[in-house]
Amino acid sequence: MREYTERIREAAKRLLSEQRVDTVIGFRRGTVPFMNEPFLVKSVDQVDQLYWDSNCGINLANYLPKRTDRVAVVAKGCDSRNIVVHLLENQINRDQLYILGAPCRGMVDKRRMMADLKGKEPLHAEENGKEIKVSGRGFQVTFDRQTYLQSNCAICTHRNPVVYDELLGDPVEEQQGVDRYPDVRRIEAMSVDERWRYFQELIAPCIRCYACRNACPLCYCPTCFVDESRPQWVGKTIDPTDTLTFHFLRAYHMAGRCTDCGSCERACPVGIEVRKFTKKLEKEVKELYGYEAGVIPDQRPPLDTFKPGDPEPFIK
Amino acid sequence: MSDIYISRGKFPEITGQLMARYRVYAPVLKGEYHEFAEIEKTEEADLGYQNTRLSPKGLFHPHAERMFEYSLVKDDPQAGILKEAPKDFSPRVVLGIRPCDAKAFQLDDVNFDTTAYQDPWWVRRRQTTTLIGLACNEPCGTCFCTSLGTGPFDTAGLDVLLVDTGEGYTAQVLTQKGKDVVGITSGWESVSRAVSEKMEGLRKSAEDSLGRQFDFDPIKQKDMLELFNASFWDEVQFACINCGTCTFLCPTCWCFDIQDEVWGDKGDRIRLWDSCMFPLFTFHGSGHNPRNQKLQRVRQRFMHKLKYYPDKYHNGAACVGCGRCVKFCPVNIDIREVVRRMSATCVCPA
Repeated sequence: MREYTERIREAAKRLLSEQRVDTVIGFRRGTVPFMNEPFLVKSVDQVDQLYWDSNCGINLANYLPKRTDRVAVVAKGCDSRNIVVHLLENQINRDQLYILGAPCRGMVDKRRMMADLKGKEPLHAEENGKEIKVSGRGFQVTFDRQTYLQSNCAICTHRNPVVYDELLGDPVEEQQGVDRYPDVRRIEAMSVDERWRYFQELIAPCIRCYACRNACPLCYCPTCFVDESRPQWVGKTIDPTDTLTFHFLRAYHMAGRCTDCGSCERACPVGIEVRKFTKKLEKEVKELYGYEAGVIPDQRPPLDTFKPGDPEPFIK
Repeated sequence: MSDIYISRGKFPEITGQLMARYRVYAPVLKGEYHEFAEIEKTEEADLGYQNTRLSPKGLFHPHAERMFEYSLVKDDPQAGILKEAPKDFSPRVVLGIRPCDAKAFQLDDVNFDTTAYQDPWWVRRRQTTTLIGLACNEPCGTCFCTSLGTGPFDTAGLDVLLVDTGEGYTAQVLTQKGKDVVGITSGWESVSRAVSEKMEGLRKSAEDSLGRQFDFDPIKQKDMLELFNASFWDEVQFACINCGTCTFLCPTCWCFDIQDEVWGDKGDRIRLWDSCMFPLFTFHGSGHNPRNQKLQRVRQRFMHKLKYYPDKYHNGAACVGCGRCVKFCPVNIDIREVVRRMSATCVCPA
């Protein structure tokens, strides 16, 4: 994935100097292993800070709503789908955007690599093709990139950008025959009590920091329902009633919109698999309406349109 | 009291002796990370840990705490009268706390325990808690305590400092509370010269590994408005998603909100952690928000820690360099970089 770095710099330099865009949104190299920082380039002399590797899992579509300038943005498959969602929801104009499409082989999961380091602290990580070399005090290990993909990337079926102005590399082969929902089916098969316990345990570590919400491109409401104070809908404590209310309601707001980009899980500081909720809703929308969010730019999402033939098995 | 020593094999006995007299909180591995929790068995305490994901501030300033309770029953003569919710102030020991986290409580004292105002629960918890620290032999790559006036072997905020010397632990007793706690334990030996030398070597190598990562002093000298209006905030804030990770993980972020929750005819007054990253934080009843932009919120957090606090209390920065925010910020905003920018003599556009 590192090979995109030079292409991104070249494109940014060209677009800025030809005044095609005012700014470029990409990543710059992180200060700690497995992290990069979303970065706004405003002038050509900043272009060389742009960087790309397998730690660019934060969804850059999150930085687009309310922008008034002409902006170029680096977009993986999922980011591009979220750009489509933004376009459908009128959050940004297509003619403001210059999309640098990044055909993607998946981002890596920092948490799993950390777990396998068993408490040893990585001080340096360098990606080289299919390998990630990690070193720290008195150790060096090599991780296979493919083995440590983020769990959403491992089941991704839209690695190539669905909308773009130029591609940073040749399209990659899409993964075929992927079963996206074994975990959802496992939860569906639980008894009601079992499932309730599962949800409570899943959410127990939540500290209500809202990193999941804020890393999500879909969460652009001017005031989130948890921040409403007149009336206050949701309690602010870390009691399971309050945390579950937050996570359930948030998940429902994602139905038919979530692209499973995995930013929420990546951002969570306490390692909660929040995608367990959104994936269930993704599955429902797919089964009911055959719809995948953000894949077709001119197709209205099923939950904001009505067709007389829409299935209604949930009305009893 | 001179330093004492106990072999690793005998240490669980010390923990057990403490548990017989105190509530003992120690680093416990829960899921994929450690947190301070009350232990029921000596083996739950994992002193081989690096640091907890959440700072131990919650032991003194809980995330969500029922302060008062009240009744709203119409005929109840006590209706509407706030009564203190029951709290446990029995003596406790925090075992294995890192020197930086203990130092953080001292920095927070200026907020909760002043001559004008005393937060009764913070103060009582501070009084009834003994802090047995554990020196950091191997600080993390994200640590920078030595650059902000504390260090991996700093005794400032502690009652006792333990050092893991491999085959055992040395203990340096620092306060009367520390003396009392150590006094109820037995099995200690005197420190041999070899152990003492080893301990000194560990201290030196830990401090050397941290080095001095930036010079904080220029920030103190600088004009507050010059920093406030500096152009670099625009770049610092771009990536920020305004979540509460940094503030909630931070040992010195003390801000809170107070809310009433009513259920039927009973009510609770609850104190909750708040975060300057949240739009609701300074939202006025009038509908006006003086910090309605992300830039203003991001700037507030760093200015509070690194400029307003030092200017007001002449007490160093409100940061102990534990590095939690550096490690867990989802978008890699690194406070060390921000300090470097704030302290740079020329505030150049990057």
